[in-house]
Amino acid sequence: MPEIPIVENILDANDQLAARIRIEFDSAGLLALNLMASPGGGKTSVILKTIEALKDDVRIGVIDGDVVPLDLEKIAEMGIPVSLINTGGNCHLDANMVYSALPSLDLNALDLLIIENVGNLICPAAFSLGVHYDVVIASVPEGDDKPYKYPAMFKGADVLLLNKMDLEDYMGFRVDYFRHGVEVLNPGLTFFPISCRTGDGFDAWLDWLRTAIKAYSNGQETTP
Amino acid sequence: MHELSITQSLLDIALRHADEAGATRINELKIVVGELSSIIDDSVQFYWDMISHDTIAEGALLTFKRIPAALRCDDCGHEFPLNREQFTCPACGSGKIRVTSGDEFYLESIDVNLEPESER
Repeated sequence: MPEIPIVENILDANDQLAARIRIEFDSAGLLALNLMASPGGGKTSVILKTIEALKDDVRIGVIDGDVVPLDLEKIAEMGIPVSLINTGGNCHLDANMVYSALPSLDLNALDLLIIENVGNLICPAAFSLGVHYDVVIASVPEGDDKPYKYPAMFKGADVLLLNKMDLEDYMGFRVDYFRHGVEVLNPGLTFFPISCRTGDGFDAWLDWLRTAIKAYSNGQETTP
Repeated sequence: MHELSITQSLLDIALRHADEAGATRINELKIVVGELSSIIDDSVQFYWDMISHDTIAEGALLTFKRIPAALRCDDCGHEFPLNREQFTCPACGSGKIRVTSGDEFYLESIDVNLEPESER
């Protein structure tokens, strides 16, 4: 019986839709981030603290993939436009969910769009969302072996935040071991050790973010 | 559990290529999965049996070709499989190693029937 050669990426449909989303972001002249982490890694804390620091100078919007609107309410209280993608227990966001959520936000009125993905270090790594940067947040209490256990997530990241650095000494977290795992998977990855609680290291992340927002504000930049 | 959306994509791609070739039945799909792709074969098969129902791909065999994640040492050139506990070269001990394969996730080929079912 005849065999038909195909060699087509199984996530091609998702990737094509992600490319269309990227065009929307670029024509609106905004910077889009896909924030990924384990549950409890600090996605919402990073978002809230980032909003707090930038909201007077930067027009921010948030798309939140979650099962309940708890995080979204905290963000909305800060006067930030938010859109909830109710994932109904799904393990990740995909391009189709994000594309469907776009009409609920006025993209032209934003400089920065943060997409908060579902808390999970496995599934979200497989699905492009059309953003400019995939940002992964790891945190000290999760342990220093996470890059070794979840290589795909760290290999696909564009920026890595290591949160809860204030707990480093209590947890016996080996930053060198952690960073070596990351470096093998993703050489030269942009890395910021931070603590949302104490604020240590957060300025470096904000400086990076301000520069990136500026670079994308005229819609001239393309894929990093 | 992202296997459901992945299985749907797989079915869409297979049906499109089968249609273009004028196939009347899809017998087998050969899928290439790298170790870093985090796909569970049994889970894909489970969803496949549900969503391929009433299509020309119903009952098709899914064959998974697993590609292990491989690394290469920048210092000595040694190539070796991923060990999730220690990221160093087993030959020379260097930490300057990088991933060379394991990201694969694609439909390699489908096996089909081209003649009408009634003539077989």
